[in-house]
Formats: sequence, C-alpha cells, structure tokens
Amino acid sequence: MSRKLALAVLAAFSTAAFADINVGVSVSATGPAASLGIPEKNTIALLPTTIGGQKVNYIVLDDATDPTAATRNIKKLITENKVDVVIGSTTTPNSLAMMDVAVENETPLISMAGSAIVVEPMDAKRHWVFKTAQNDAHMATAIVQHMTDRHVQTVAFIGFADAYGEGWFKEFAKIAEARKLKIVANERYQRNDTSVTGQVLKILAAKPDAVLVGGAGTPAALPQKALKEKGYKGLIYQTHGVANNDFLRVGGKDVEGAFLPVGPMVVAAQLPNDNPVKKSALEYVNKYEAAHGKGSISSFGGHAWDAGVLLGNAIPQALKKAQPGTKEFRKALRDALEGTKNLPGAHGIFNMSPEDHQGFDQRARVMVTIEKGTWKLVK
Amino acid sequence: MDLQILLLLGQDGVTNGAIYALLALALVLIFAVTRVIFIPQGEFVAYGALTLASLQAGQVPGTAWLLLAAGTAVAILDGARHVREGRYGKLPTLLFVNVGLPLAAAGALFVVPPAGLPLAVQVLLALGLVIPLGPMLYRLAYQPLAGASVLVLLIVSVAVHLALIGLGLLFFGAEGSRTPAFTDISFELAEAPLQGQTILVVLASAVLIAGLYFFFERTIYGKALRATAMNRTGARLMGVSSTMAGKLSFTLAAAIGAFSGVLIAPITTIYYDSGFLIGLKGFVGAIIGGLASYPVAALGAILVGLLESYSSFWASAFKEVIVFTLIIPVLLWRSLTSRHVEEEEEE
Repeated sequence: MSRKLALAVLAAFSTAAFADINVGVSVSATGPAASLGIPEKNTIALLPTTIGGQKVNYIVLDDATDPTAATRNIKKLITENKVDVVIGSTTTPNSLAMMDVAVENETPLISMAGSAIVVEPMDAKRHWVFKTAQNDAHMATAIVQHMTDRHVQTVAFIGFADAYGEGWFKEFAKIAEARKLKIVANERYQRNDTSVTGQVLKILAAKPDAVLVGGAGTPAALPQKALKEKGYKGLIYQTHGVANNDFLRVGGKDVEGAFLPVGPMVVAAQLPNDNPVKKSALEYVNKYEAAHGKGSISSFGGHAWDAGVLLGNAIPQALKKAQPGTKEFRKALRDALEGTKNLPGAHGIFNMSPEDHQGFDQRARVMVTIEKGTWKLVK
Repeated sequence: MDLQILLLLGQDGVTNGAIYALLALALVLIFAVTRVIFIPQGEFVAYGALTLASLQAGQVPGTAWLLLAAGTAVAILDGARHVREGRYGKLPTLLFVNVGLPLAAAGALFVVPPAGLPLAVQVLLALGLVIPLGPMLYRLAYQPLAGASVLVLLIVSVAVHLALIGLGLLFFGAEGSRTPAFTDISFELAEAPLQGQTILVVLASAVLIAGLYFFFERTIYGKALRATAMNRTGARLMGVSSTMAGKLSFTLAAAIGAFSGVLIAPITTIYYDSGFLIGLKGFVGAIIGGLASYPVAALGAILVGLLESYSSFWASAFKEVIVFTLIIPVLLWRSLTSRHVEEEEEE
C-alpha cells in the first residue's frame, strides 16, 4: 500500500517537474553595471511563480558585466537547466553576446539593455530577441524636442568614454542635426574619474545654451557638479540612465533643475489618472517598495518587471500549443511574444510586431526635472 | 586657452597629483620593504572614503565586520602558534588587539549613532576601522609567503585586490558616495576660483610627506624600515624582524591610503572600485621613481596629475591612453640610463 502511494507521489512529482516552466536569467549584478543589475535581480524575485496554472522556476545567474560570462551563463542555462526562455542581460554588449547562443538553440531571449541594436535591424538572429527597455532613440528625441521647445540653439555633450556615452552621442547628434541644433563641444570622461575640470572648462569656453550629460547612475552627477561649481547658468540635461535615488543622494543640490527623459514608472504617482501606463506602473512600484523599502525603486528594475509582464501574457498562449521543455513550446512562446498587443507594462505599452521587437511608443517616456531632491513630472 | 583656464587646470592637476603622490610613496615603501607590488593600495582609498560616507549616513560600515573577521583570523593563526610554542602569556594581548578592539568598535557603533558625531571624530573612526586592515592583510596574505619571488607576491596582490573589490561591492553597494566638504572657504587666484578643500588636500599631502620624511630619518622604526629596504638579511642579522617591518610598512600604506580617501571624498564621488584607477596612477608615479626613489616618485605622480588634467582638456576621450602611455617612454629611459641589477633571483 505504502509502496503504491510512494509510486503515485513520485509519478505526480515527475509530471509536475516535467511541466514546470524554466526561465533563465542572466543579469549584471556585479561589475560596472551593478547599479543597474542589482534592482533587476531584486525584481526577478518578485515575478509570479505560477503563470497559466504552471509553476515557473527562475534560475538567476550573475554575468559580472562581462560578455564572456554572459555567454557562458546562457549556455549553462540552456544545456543544464533546459530553460524555455532567457531574460538578459543588463547591458548591450552582454545581450549581443548572448544572442548568438539563443538563436543557435532556438530559445527566445528578452534583453533589458538600452541600445536599439539589440533588436534592430530585424534579421534571422534578432527574430528570437525581444527587448523591454526603451531604445536610446526614444529618449534622445524627447530631449531634443524639449530643447527646441526652450529655444536652445547650441548644445554641448559630455558622456562616458564607453559604449553608453558613444551610443548616446550618435543618437543625439543624428536627431539634433535634423532639428538644426548645433553641437559645439563633444567631451568624454571615465566613470571612475575623480575630476572633469578640463572637459568642463572646454565646454564653458564654447558657451552652449544647454549641456547634455551622457552618463548613467551616480557618475553622471560629476559633470553637473563641476559645471555648477564653475558657474554655468544654462540648461543641463541628463539621460534616463541616472533615474535612481542614489543619483539624487550624491548629486545633492547641484543637480537641481536638471531635465531628463524617463520611463513613466519613475513618476508613476504623479501621472494623470487617464494615463494608460499609470496602473501597471504603480503595481510594480508598490510591489518593489513593499519588499525593499520606500524610495528604493529604480527605473532599471522596471525593465526586468516588464520582461515578466511579457512572459505573463505570452506563456498562457504558448501553453495551449505545446508542453514546456520542448522545442515547440519555445517556438510558440516566441510567436506569442511577437504577437503582444496593447500590453501595459511598468514603462509603457507594448505593441510588438515582426519588425519591432521593442514595441514602445511615445507613451513610454516623459520628461522630468529634479526639484527639491525628487523627480518632478514636466507638464 | 587663456591664463585662467591654464591656472584652473594646473590647480586641478596638482590636487589629484598630490593624492597620486601619497599613493606612489606608499607603493614605493611597500615594495622596498617587502618586495610586494601592492595593487590593492587603491582599495584603501575607496574603503577610507566609503567608510566615512557610511558613518555619515548613520550606517555601521561593512569594514567594521571585515576588521572583526580579519582580526579573528589573525588571532587564530597567531594564537595557534603561541599555544604550540607554549607562550600563553602573549595570548591576552593578541586577543585584545585583534578581536577585542574591533568588537568594541563595532559595539560602540551600535550604541552611539555615528551620524551625530562631529566630523573629526567620524574621520578618526573611519581611519581607525580601515588602517588595521593593512597589517592584518599582511599577516594573512603575505607573511606566509614572505620569502617568495616578486612574481608570486604580485599574483597574491592581484588576488587580494579582487577580493577587496568584491567585498567593497558587498559592503558599500554599486553606487558611489560623496562626503560634505571639510571647509567651504574659497579664494580668488588670478581670477580663478580656488576651493578651500583643494588647498586642504595639497597641504595635508605636504604635511604627510614631511611627516614620512621625519619618520624615516629620525625614528628608530623608520630607520629599521630603511635598513630592511636596503638589505633584508643584513637587517635581520641586526635584530630587525622582517615580519615587524612588513606589518609596519603595510600599516603606513593603509594609513596613507585611507587618509587620501578621506581627503578626496568631498571633491569627487568615490565608488567601491574607484580605488584601482587612482592606485594605478599612483603606480605610474612610483614607476617613474623606479619603485625606489621617494622624491622622484612623488614628482612623477604630480606630473601624472598635471598630464591628466591638461589632456582631459585637449583630448578627453584619450585621457587615460595618454596617462598610461607615459609608462613606455619612462621605462625606456629608465632601462637605458639605470644599471640593471639582477636582484635576489636566488630560488
């Protein structure tokens, strides 16, 4: 009798294990992108553990902001953990590195990186890749729009001497040129630099109406502090990469009055009630702050949450077609992700198509300014 | 480029150069005494600055726990040896210094909220939490290998550096911190504003360098270190313990590092991994001094600071390239002019 029971339990258990959905995650929780990767990792822990009646297992690995480690992670996730879908990674180089492995094994990949090249131009490889973070171009247009509204004619750029700064400069220069904005200075600095006096003096000598700082996280406060210290009076713009509370803490009163585009999630509570993103954004904000304390929210965790939102929508559809753990399921999941329509996430409304695997529109960004140490929505 | 810009850049370069100079001196000191190329030197800068920042934020800094853990490890290692050799009388002192004091410090931080203390006390507390890590590090990582080749010691340094970086991320998080300025005074020098904090950095560095000079010339411990640096075996024969010399030089290096960290924390944002780059620039200065000459190392470090400042104005994207490329002509010049000594390849 007991043996029969044990067998039954075993049978039940093994079918359950077979039907589990495995989601692999690779984030940059250490290394240079750690300030982005840590909230993403925290967010994965808040994602639903059952979707469409099936248990979902999340296997989270750290890639230390290293593309080689990211490649190793996705190989491990696919061969050892037999995952059905991979979320990752935090940065663009890591996501690009993971793409090849994902395609080889026909596993959908949902990246949280900023640059548009992760999903554009659409080809056989990017067929399997989706992305939850706004493209840099989305954000750069918002900045240029705001600048022209304020009659800015000359602008200086100072950004990270890496892919982030370079990518931003390219996007920004392209759009600025089209809108007849003149870029009078283009400077670079290192994330770890202790001083940007030289760059700032050169910018001041060019007398720009506005300065755009192309940096992410707390290091982006340094140029703005130096500009203020040397008496710069024009407009200062930051990118959405600074949208966390540590930036406000380090920047203090010197970053007051900066303008930046962000995902609506950052100012969710200030959005008008008819904003379509408000409800879904607040859901995430409340959940994260309940787990990690008030004011702990950062824009980057929202990208991980949105990956969960996409899966929550796509998995039930894929389950109708195939069993998790099979090639057919992964294909069905990819098709379902591509078919996402009007799905509100924390950062915007997803409308995927075979050509657009990012899916956001203008509703995925708002301009904010820093006022009394908080983000304030610019009407 | 007018005079004002020239002055501002020069001022910036000298400020950073002063910090690099301190680190260069620490690197030369450690290398001369223990033959260790001390890559983790910069980590003490970051630890010092971030410990101070977390004290000011009212948190108990992670370095307090690291100190306790390292102290306990040292106490176990040394205690076991004392017990084996039957020297029970030394145990209480050992336990008190390595476990008792860190425990008392951590306990005190829980009782007295550090955020409310005056700035000077916070600085002393931060220094007190970071500096003992120097000799403990020497005891744990280097002392067992004191006789190993320079290469082995370098590899240990890389390992220690990576371990400290990882711990730094764990203790202080990925985002940086800045501490409030010690002084808000500002002067005008030829129409260029001169911040009081900048003067403080340069002055403090100068005082520290003078203090080091006095220490090496006038005190018995300083002379013992110099003796060890010149001839390890000879110094041992004269009764200078190389373990003592090693611990002392690491204490000094940690003190210099942590102090530099406290000095620059108000002028820039410090991250858990900032120390490496700062230390590396000090290292370029130390290389200019051939890892042997203190004054040349200090001047070299100031040169690095100035070069960095002016190149950030002219070609900001290539700043690091310019600074680190400086090593190549310097090495070339050094290898052409100095007599090459095959030092201690005895194994």
